[in-house]
Amino acid sequence: MPAFIWLTVMTALRILGRNRLRAGLTMLGIVIGVAAVIAMVSIGEGAKRAVQAQIATMGTNVIIIFPGVTSASGVRGSQGTAVTLTVSDALDLKKRVPLLVDTGWARRDVMQIVNGNRNWNGPINGISPSYLTIRDWSFTSGGPFTQADLDSAARVALIGQTIVENLFDPGEEPVGATIRIKNVPFRVIGVLAPKGQSAQGSDQDDVIFIPFSTAERKVFGTSFIGSVGTIFGSTDQVEDLPEAVERIREVLRARHRLQGDQNDDFTIRTQVDIGRVQEGTSQTLTMMLFSIASVSLLVGGIGIMNILLVSVTERTREIGVRMAVGAKRRHIVGQFLIEAMTLSLLGGALGIVLGVVGAKLTTVVAGWPTIISSDVIVIAFFFSLVVGLFFGLYPANKAARLNPIEALRYE
Amino acid sequence: MAPLIQCDDLWKIYRVGDVEVQALRGLSLTIEQGEFVAIMGSSGSGKSTLMNILGCLDQPTRGRYRLNGVEVGHLRPDQLADIRNRQIGFVFQSFNLIPRTSALENAQLPLFYRGLSLKEQRAMAAAALQRVGLGGREHHFPTQLSGGQQQRVAIARALVTAPSLLLADEPTGNLDTQSSQEIMSILEGLNREGITVILVTHEIDVAAYAHREIVIKDGQVLSDRATKGRSQTVGV
Ligand SMILES: Nc1ncnc2c1ncn2[C@@H]1O[C@H](COP(=O)(O)OP(=O)(O)O)[C@@H](O)[C@H]1O
Ligand SMILES: [Mg+2]
Repeated sequence: MPAFIWLTVMTALRILGRNRLRAGLTMLGIVIGVAAVIAMVSIGEGAKRAVQAQIATMGTNVIIIFPGVTSASGVRGSQGTAVTLTVSDALDLKKRVPLLVDTGWARRDVMQIVNGNRNWNGPINGISPSYLTIRDWSFTSGGPFTQADLDSAARVALIGQTIVENLFDPGEEPVGATIRIKNVPFRVIGVLAPKGQSAQGSDQDDVIFIPFSTAERKVFGTSFIGSVGTIFGSTDQVEDLPEAVERIREVLRARHRLQGDQNDDFTIRTQVDIGRVQEGTSQTLTMMLFSIASVSLLVGGIGIMNILLVSVTERTREIGVRMAVGAKRRHIVGQFLIEAMTLSLLGGALGIVLGVVGAKLTTVVAGWPTIISSDVIVIAFFFSLVVGLFFGLYPANKAARLNPIEALRYE
Repeated sequence: MAPLIQCDDLWKIYRVGDVEVQALRGLSLTIEQGEFVAIMGSSGSGKSTLMNILGCLDQPTRGRYRLNGVEVGHLRPDQLADIRNRQIGFVFQSFNLIPRTSALENAQLPLFYRGLSLKEQRAMAAAALQRVGLGGREHHFPTQLSGGQQQRVAIARALVTAPSLLLADEPTGNLDTQSSQEIMSILEGLNREGITVILVTHEIDVAAYAHREIVIKDGQVLSDRATKGRSQTVGV
């Protein structure tokens, strides 16, 4: 049997080599199909990895609590309208939900910021110091403010890279400078390390942090003292998130005196939820790829079937001779199946090369990140094999069913 | 011992549209191991039909064919393929070599289906080519060989498996006199080594090599007689 397979593969290669143009055109469908799959999966993987990296910038095992009801798609009522979350909620959660390592809170508003003759409209965030650790912010220069700054409502600010770029000259050191927010002077004590885009696509570096107490008393106005825009928490282990969410819900419902049939007046999201939305997006992409791949492989397979049917007709006499000298049905079936698989595997191999080159080119030309996984290459190879096998089956059986006498007499 | 070939009341009926063609009409025949038989008869008399049945390429519509005492009619296609592969060698009028494939690989073909190792296949095929006087032509393609040489490759392919029966349907029909004589000498030699040879021909001088001459007419045996054979008339 090994000699049979080996010789049949050699024969198949020789026959294909004789009709190089025909073989090439036949393989084209498979080549394009496999190349498209490899290139697009590599691009998709690259994009997915980039999104995962963005989600990681949120912090580690982060839980976010908004006031108001939020639909699953992320659309929600204006954050400021419902005053349902307070600093005491956050403090109480920390006390009563032991799974939470820490809680922090923030309130934000977009305001004008001035430095000398430059100005910029940016989001001002009044935050608790713990917010910075929960969200994993670090510094390129200077450092965070402290509980003392919060207690004394100090006029100090931490600014993101985008703010630096828009309010300062290149090379100018922001730390120690004084900027004005809503005409109140603030001393810059830290510059935040850049985080880039968020998973939702917003610029995370367009940000200013000031102590929550300072924001309440000196910037936002006193109308909603104690209310916060968002409460943040984090757990030690990612597995603790669901349990923590349940506990938070219980505590908040009790604190907000919600009856059994009343809806929550807050929304809890975890980092895992946000990742899941992104996964959904990449699943859509995967489905699209899958349909493109199926269509090209189908077209490629039909091409192979067609060429094999031609080959069976052309070589009818040869098949008759082979039967006359003792070829069994399985030998004839094997011969044509091996020819089909040789075609499809060659096409698959060419497609893989083309796809990898295409993915690399995309990275070089368009700058998109691409990741070529060995999995997709193995799968592509396997699929070309299956296509060859499936579409070779009919012609091979047709050949094996020939009557030896009629085949020998065929002109 | 059972005769090599025993045919009883063979019928072969082809149906073309509404017309029935009776290619064999109750033909009976016995051939012993080691015979050299020439089958003659006018075109359309049923010679090829008979040869195909004897070679297990085709089955009779009615009647019984025993090869080496085994009734062939009951066998499955794969068993018939095995018989063709191990017991029977075929030589056709039109050579029927596989195009663009070397003489050696053509001669290897039956061994290939027997599942021998490549080395054994090559060695046995080379010996068979040597036997028919084509040593040194192993790597020639059919198009690079004369008609007589192509037919010798076909004989090498038929004898490579050391069959007990060699069937040749008008083996010299496409050849000149010189090549015909070469082919017949080879067949004569094989018969002398003990292989049963059955040969269809229209030519008297080709038939003269055989020791028995069967004439077929309208699908039946018209005459069946022993002949002297060339070896007795001409000497070895
Ligand atoms: N496949 C077939 N279908 C219909 N008729 C056939 C077929 N093969 C042979 N015949 C007919 O059977 C008869 C005998 O044919 P054949 O055995 O080839 O004769 P021979 O070899 O003696 O010239 C002829 O009349 C021929 O037309
Ligand atoms: Mg004939």
